[in-house]
Amino acid sequence: MPVVDGVELPETPLLDELEKGPWPSFVKEIKRAAIEQEKAMKAGKKIKLPGSAKGLLKVLELAYKEKRTHWKHGGIVSVIGYGGGVIGRYCDLEDKVPEVWHFHTIRVNMPAGWFYTTKALRALCDAWEKWGSGLTNFHGSTGDIILLGTRTEHLQPMANALAYLDKFYGSPAPFDIGGSGSDLRTPSCCMGPSLCEFACYDTLKACYEFTMRYQNELHRPMWPYKFKIKCAGCPNDCIASKARADFAIIGTWKDEIQIDQEAVREYAKVIDIEEHVVKKCPTKAISWDGKELKIDNKNCIRCMHCINVMPKALKPGKERGATILIGGKAPFVDGAIIGWVAVPFIPENELIEKCCEILEAIWEWWDEEGKFRERVGELIWRKGMDEFLKVIGQKADVRMVYAPRNNPFIFWRELNP
Amino acid sequence: MVAQEVEKEPEETVQPKTDFGPPHYEIMMHPIIKKNYGKWKYHEAVRPGVIKRVAESGDVLYVVRFGSPRLLSIYTIRDICDIADKYSDGYLRFTSRHNVEFFLTDPDKIEPLIQEVQEKLGFPCGGTRDTTNARYCLSNIIHTQGWVHCHTPATDASGIVKSVMDELYDYFVDYKLPAQCRISLACCANMCGAVHASDISMVGVHRKVPKIDDDAVRRTCEIPSTVAACPTGALKPDMKRKTVVLDKDKCMYCGNCYTMCPGMPIFDPENDGVAILVAGKVSDARYPPQLSKVVVPWLPNNPPRWPEVVQTVKKILETWATHAEKYERIAEWIHRIGWEKFFELTGLDFTEKLIDDYRRTPYIYASYRTSAAFRW
Repeated sequence: MPVVDGVELPETPLLDELEKGPWPSFVKEIKRAAIEQEKAMKAGKKIKLPGSAKGLLKVLELAYKEKRTHWKHGGIVSVIGYGGGVIGRYCDLEDKVPEVWHFHTIRVNMPAGWFYTTKALRALCDAWEKWGSGLTNFHGSTGDIILLGTRTEHLQPMANALAYLDKFYGSPAPFDIGGSGSDLRTPSCCMGPSLCEFACYDTLKACYEFTMRYQNELHRPMWPYKFKIKCAGCPNDCIASKARADFAIIGTWKDEIQIDQEAVREYAKVIDIEEHVVKKCPTKAISWDGKELKIDNKNCIRCMHCINVMPKALKPGKERGATILIGGKAPFVDGAIIGWVAVPFIPENELIEKCCEILEAIWEWWDEEGKFRERVGELIWRKGMDEFLKVIGQKADVRMVYAPRNNPFIFWRELNP
Repeated sequence: MVAQEVEKEPEETVQPKTDFGPPHYEIMMHPIIKKNYGKWKYHEAVRPGVIKRVAESGDVLYVVRFGSPRLLSIYTIRDICDIADKYSDGYLRFTSRHNVEFFLTDPDKIEPLIQEVQEKLGFPCGGTRDTTNARYCLSNIIHTQGWVHCHTPATDASGIVKSVMDELYDYFVDYKLPAQCRISLACCANMCGAVHASDISMVGVHRKVPKIDDDAVRRTCEIPSTVAACPTGALKPDMKRKTVVLDKDKCMYCGNCYTMCPGMPIFDPENDGVAILVAGKVSDARYPPQLSKVVVPWLPNNPPRWPEVVQTVKKILETWATHAEKYERIAEWIHRIGWEKFFELTGLDFTEKLIDDYRRTPYIYASYRTSAAFRW
């Protein structure tokens, strides 16, 4: 058995292969947790779950050997007052690796934009060193901080540690639990106006407001299935909300792209504007005569390419707001969906209120009509856009489709009551 | 003798609190970011991994990005904090693709920071783009839990990602690509990572029908919801025997039933594996968002380093990087050259397995506008 710093580690010949190579290694991370947590305990620190990272190494090595997982379906675990955010996970090797027989996950709601002070992060680390495996994901796919692995009896104390992270661990603020199961999943957003000049609305503020306003929906699963909200500041969609969110809020603008001609001429000294910009415009809305860049804004579809190439010279217009795409999701059950246009444009100053109005209308309808494990996009396919538009109080707009229908089989329900 | 009462921890005696929400983002922000919030003027690429952001006020911030393995021990996070305290005034940020970013005001500190991170953490600086000059780093791979922590995976996640990134390391730390390329991995079709709109994606797939354990179904499953989970109508309830029956000819091995019901395990070490998809994107830039398309139906699970998967991903990436024009993402490149040319250039086999016969997705969807790009 290999011994590192006085700590015995299990034999893991297959995993050891993944310590090699230039990319940072997750195996090194698991070993590090195993070694350091044991050392910390020997040094007198309070550690409630020693040996769990070591247990994970054993289970994972076996998974690599047998080419299968050793985790089982979760039982019901929770913390007081919450229905979601804690995911039960048990190992099927209870007798062989009791250290990770329970290995539950806690999802922790990250600050909007994934910004941290070191004080907050250190506090999270201290609490998780004491009550859990010392392993994390920064971050999980939906955006939460993932605390990876603890026992049932430590879930409540760890949740309390998070809730009083300021008082007990010196964090600038406490941390709350994120979403899981059939609830509102933790909303997420791009860095937006905090660092990016392309942001057409305040993504962080919107994300924070939705999160705070819908705490009940986030913490108590009561819907047919999950529901994700993501806030992207511009059509570049750095957080992939179009594909990953049932409700994607994509920043955009309605008026003319702002141009600084002097800055365009500066770019012309270093790049070929004809090749990099004009020829790449999908609607051929740009022309350049060597002195002046002209944009036919009536023909522009705001795809962002020219702005991406020349951020010093071009800016989104001043009449800003967002487009709402509805229905984005992964393949189960009716197939993968990129969200489609539900609301072509909401002005920036009305955005949060209007979104809340629409969200609440959608949830009420989906709660009533949705089948078990039917995402909202699939419900719309089953019931029709006609009904959905009535639910959200929108008129049909040609911007919702690429083209009108190609068949004459139309529901004339008003003539056939 | 009276048993000594175990002393309770403070976390065990406080009143639980609920619904107070995450910390407000403002208290987590570097003072320069807070001051110039919403007032950034422009950005430019300094070098791979470093973006200079200039505010209307004249303030300048260098954002320095490092790739992480996503799975982090708290001991490494403490090291990250030490570095942030030293270079970045005690502030940092993570990106949506598992990178960590530090904020510098002094450009002279960029190189020492990169060196110190490399020495202490082994995290590479890179993953950014210089759009002005059409020079791109490969971005970090987003992925799921796999065998580390998931109960329904058809493959591992972290191990494949590590193996692919080891092989493509030079593409992360340098501008070697003509356009944006996002790679992602989901360890089953449930796709926690939502990899269905990525330039290249790897998805864990099953190929054998679930094994129904009638006794376990009776003990652990709700039959109507298990039957409803089947997208192809292959499962029927058997009310007499209080279990389910499977029509093997209709099953497409998606594993959704196993997600609902532990009584029908679907994993199979020799037949599970990885499908490769390409040509997805989410940005509206130039060409509308696209769903990824399957170009390799199955590659074997070959831990610890999945050489078949690694080499296939590398082959696709390098073929595209060699032949694409500037700014042409994989979807746009294939749109220009045609799928027949894609299969010819990559040497991948086109087989009947790549012709769609999943009939659940309605035809109507093709006419819905999956983009925010339109005229006013």
